[in-house]
Amino acid sequence: MAGDVTGAAGSSAPSTEALLTVDRLSVNFTRSGKVMRAVDGVSFKVAAGETLGLVGESGSGKTTIGRALLRLLPEVNTKWDGSIRYQGSDIGPLSNATMRRMRSRLQMIFQDPLSSFNPRRKVEAIVAEGLVIQGVPKQERDQRVRAALADVGFELSEIAGRRPHQFSGGQCQRIAIARALAVEPELIVCDEPVASLDVSVQAHVINLLQDIREARKLALIFISHDLAVVRNVSDRVAVLYMGKIVEMGSGEQVYDRPAHPYTRTLLEAVPVVDASRKLRPDGQRSVMPSRIKPPSGCAFRTRCARATTKCAETEPSLTPGPHGQLVACHFPHQEEAPGHVARTA
Amino acid sequence: MTEHHQDSTILACEDMSCRIAAEPQPLKVLQDINFQVRRRTALGIVGESGAGKSMLIKAIMGIAPSSVSIQGRITLDGHDLLSMNPREWARLMGRKVGIVFQNPMTSLNPYVPIGRQIDEASRLHLGLSRDDARTRAIELLTVVGIPDPKDCYDYYPHHFSGGMKQRIMIAAALSCHPDLLIADEATTALDVTVQKEVLDLLQRIQEERQMSMILVSHNLGVVAGRTDEILVLYGGHVIEFGPTADVFRNPRHRYTEALLSAMPQMDQPAHTRLRTIPGQPPSLAKQLPGCPFAPRCPAAQGACHAFMPEMIASGSSGHRFACHFPLEEIRAQPQEEISEMDLAHGR
Repeated sequence: MAGDVTGAAGSSAPSTEALLTVDRLSVNFTRSGKVMRAVDGVSFKVAAGETLGLVGESGSGKTTIGRALLRLLPEVNTKWDGSIRYQGSDIGPLSNATMRRMRSRLQMIFQDPLSSFNPRRKVEAIVAEGLVIQGVPKQERDQRVRAALADVGFELSEIAGRRPHQFSGGQCQRIAIARALAVEPELIVCDEPVASLDVSVQAHVINLLQDIREARKLALIFISHDLAVVRNVSDRVAVLYMGKIVEMGSGEQVYDRPAHPYTRTLLEAVPVVDASRKLRPDGQRSVMPSRIKPPSGCAFRTRCARATTKCAETEPSLTPGPHGQLVACHFPHQEEAPGHVARTA
Repeated sequence: MTEHHQDSTILACEDMSCRIAAEPQPLKVLQDINFQVRRRTALGIVGESGAGKSMLIKAIMGIAPSSVSIQGRITLDGHDLLSMNPREWARLMGRKVGIVFQNPMTSLNPYVPIGRQIDEASRLHLGLSRDDARTRAIELLTVVGIPDPKDCYDYYPHHFSGGMKQRIMIAAALSCHPDLLIADEATTALDVTVQKEVLDLLQRIQEERQMSMILVSHNLGVVAGRTDEILVLYGGHVIEFGPTADVFRNPRHRYTEALLSAMPQMDQPAHTRLRTIPGQPPSLAKQLPGCPFAPRCPAAQGACHAFMPEMIASGSSGHRFACHFPLEEIRAQPQEEISEMDLAHGR
């Protein structure tokens, strides 16, 4: 396991002191007697003001990691292990009451804002929810709600009294951001925050998040299956496969010089707006291996064109790769040909 | 009915409009839709939520809700659909058109083995016997790349992953040798890697079987490399139509251009500011005269708010757009043409 090197590589943001340190985080779910490893020994650091993007296919463990960071995992049939340290203090052993107070510093934004709101409450009450839990006095609460709504482009007086269903998807997502901002957190976990939005609305929400991140020096963990969105918002990117980080580095390292074959597979699959020619189907197939009985050695070897017997025998650990990023592969790509350019050139 | 048409068009909509009966006035969901799908070509239909993509497909398929009235003319393989009774319409669609919807879980019956769901159409529309239909279904499962098709015939939908279910839907859509295959957001719910496989499959089948295809998507990237022509819908209007390469390289309508530049690109550095489109998408309830994009358009003037522009041709490629104050036409640079020809040959 490469627990200690993870924060250093490819960090473009000042990483003098990590805000969040995750060390060998594992999460197991038990379903009808079978154990499924959703997250398997994941380690990373996030510095203050830095954005870490988490990408991967469905079932790669992105959302589970996000939820584990805020201790929002289900209570039953779930076991987690490893350490999550927030500014040096381990949040694992905290009581639920202490964790609740901790959430004034760690917040989350979900994919579908409408289902994360109570439909019967008014927007101002929804945004104030966290502040009520923190015991912030009424007067200060109103002021902070107003400020948070202003940050996402709403005037409190214009929307006060309205309920979630009276807003469009993009507006709801802005309210969700305001709710997270109201408690003045240092880190927000954004779980697919723009996945359900139309392109033009998505651009608006992304720009907004960027402005707020800069103004408030916020750290973000940005979970998305959309690689272009992650490239835009992230300082560093971690690529997940079957619950493990297979590659991690700066956006340039991961996107322009991907070393792990899985990263390349992902990048090559992204539909690109390049109509200068019609694509040719290449007949590639991607069958995800079983989560309950993962393959021996490297989990990606069943889909990998470079796999040898070594890949079946020993699991590669996350070590510094050819271009400075961390990569978990016995035979990482050395060549500089970026995946998305290689496809169009 | 079986008369053979030499016509190069499989599907055509002429001055087609759809209205939903409502008080105080009907809602105009689609207005003055004109386009054609040529045989053996793929058409992409793009637009954001509420643009009218799904209603257009439903209107063509004859599955629009009963509150929707359709005016104009829709012809499929020379048949005038709107003059047909619903039963004839359904029969024609069953034989000539295959459709794949976004959510395979709601399209497949969870209580029926998948093989029988693929059989259904060929037994009904082609009158195949149970055994022949079974053989055909197994063939089709092989075509769409389902491993062990003989065994899979008797499996239920829940045995399959999302991508596999979508392959099964494609097999079902192909069961009557359709002339036209419609994929309505068929890959939206899938992971990028699986999405690519399903798109590859659709494209391969379309080319091998010499079918026409309509690819409906909100994702411009999905449509870009897979279609010959593209139709951009906004607020129930066709605002731009033309060869895919032309429209993407030289969008003339300001909405098309704004939509293209609102997309984050993988070759841009981190924290690049994205272009946004100010204002809100048009609302069906508050329809204004004039161009539907006018309230959000930086170049809008009096005329834009007063009346809807006609479709104007851009060059000779069939590219046309509806805008009073369009973006300039970019004349193809000779150099570019050479590099593109090289690309075409190097393929």
